[in-house]
Formats: sequence, C-alpha cells, structure tokens
Amino acid sequence: MSNALKLSVPEGLPFIDFERDFDFPVADVFRAHKDPALIVQWLGPRGMSMEVDHYDFHTGGSYSYTHTGHDGVPHVFSGVFHTVRENEFAVQTFEFDGYPDVVSIEFMTFTDLGGGRTRLSAHAVYPSMEARDGMAQSGMEGGVSEGYERLEELLAGATV
Amino acid sequence: MVHDDDQLDSAFLALADPVRRRIIARLSRGPATVNELAEPFAITKQAVSKHIQVLEQAGLVTRTRDAQRRPVHLDPARLEALTAWIDQYRLVREEQFRSLDAALHTQAAARGTQAKDSS
Repeated sequence: MSNALKLSVPEGLPFIDFERDFDFPVADVFRAHKDPALIVQWLGPRGMSMEVDHYDFHTGGSYSYTHTGHDGVPHVFSGVFHTVRENEFAVQTFEFDGYPDVVSIEFMTFTDLGGGRTRLSAHAVYPSMEARDGMAQSGMEGGVSEGYERLEELLAGATV
Repeated sequence: MVHDDDQLDSAFLALADPVRRRIIARLSRGPATVNELAEPFAITKQAVSKHIQVLEQAGLVTRTRDAQRRPVHLDPARLEALTAWIDQYRLVREEQFRSLDAALHTQAAARGTQAKDSS
C-alpha cells in the first residue's frame, strides 16, 4: 500500500500544496532528492526518459534536466536551489522551457515522523493563476487525458 | 491556454461539495431532470435545485431558465478544461512518489535493510 498524496489547490490563489508520507527515514528521502543518480529513478514521468545535465542540491546550486517522450520532443526543466538544509528544508525555483520566464518557487519541508517515517510537505507558488494551471499541465505531459471515463472515475472516487 | 479565472474558481468551488460532485457524476452518464437528480439524496428537491444553480453559475451544467422539468445537461468541455490539469497533475505526482517509494526500497535493500533512523 502506498501512502496517499494529499493535494490542495486553493481557489483564487496561485498555489499548489501537497503532502506525502514515506515509510523511510528522513535521511533517505532527502538523499533521494539530492543524489542525481536517485533523482532519475523517480522524478521522470513513466514512458519518458530523463537526462540530468546538472543537479546540485545545495544552497546556491542549480539544476537542469530533460524529459523526452516517445515523440522525441525534449522538455527541459531548470532552476536554482535557493536554500537547502540537510534533512530538513529546501527552496527551489522551477522553469519549463515551454513557458520561458514563467518561474515558480517550491518550498519543500522534510519532517521526521519518527519510527523511520518521513513527511514531505511542499508549497509551490506560481506567478499567476494562468501560470499555475498551464505549468502544472505542461510539466505533466507524460500522460494524455483519457477524457470522459477517467473523469467519471475521478468523480466517483471523490464521492466516497 | 488562457482560462477564465473567475469561472475556473467558481467551478472549483462548485465541485468542492460532495452532493454537487455526485450530481455531476450522474450527469456524465446523460441529462436528467431535477426530480431524477434529487432521487438518491435525502434532501429536498429545493436543495438539489440550489446545487444545480451553483453548478449552472459555474458553467458546468446548462438548462432552460423557465421550466423545472427540462433536463439538466453537463457541459463536458467545461469540466474537461477544469479537471484536466489538476487530474493530470495528481496522477503524475502520485506515480512519481510511487517511483520514489520504489527507489527508497532499492536503496534500503542495497544497504542490507538496516533502515536505522539516527538523525
């Protein structure tokens, strides 16, 4: 059983918040965000290859990586790590080359829940509502919407 | 892709209510009258009408102004536009974190399973 993703998209504010627990110690979860060899194992959408140009998860560091889908179209993502505190906290910027200059800021908090468990809490701030919706979508081009059925599934799930 | 923010917001607000989500789920199978929509709920027809009004103002459903008997229709394009990105976002994030779980498992296994928490 995987832990549930708690996702919150406030109305009228260009934020996305989410929270996800992991059954692993905080040092492990943090390392998975820091080590590019680990990053490539999970950050890329399925069906897309991920290539890291550089990924320096330290205060003042920067990153750039490319997702390439089966259509061969590369999607480049880049940003800087404004603050990184080991096993605790990070602030980074995020930019997709499909929307140049539309930069979001992501705050990530790693919380030790004890018992070898960790909570990752993230707060992303976008420059506008349009940017939030557009960027969230563009960053997610791994999957194509299956439209109606999935929508109904979603709504059915939401009624439980 | 320019969204009408106010419409989008009111649509999100409209969908924040479980009764309204169930009404939408019902309408995604086809148009229905207010009576039909009210059936599964232990609330008054008036209350259901109110919910439909909210959905109508959010642009999610349409019906003719005057007659109560006219069926309510879902606007699929509207709902698609609304849910596509966040739905997609959720799916991809969930998948991402399941991959992260797997990567953490692999790491822990490689270390010989001693997932000692010393921090």
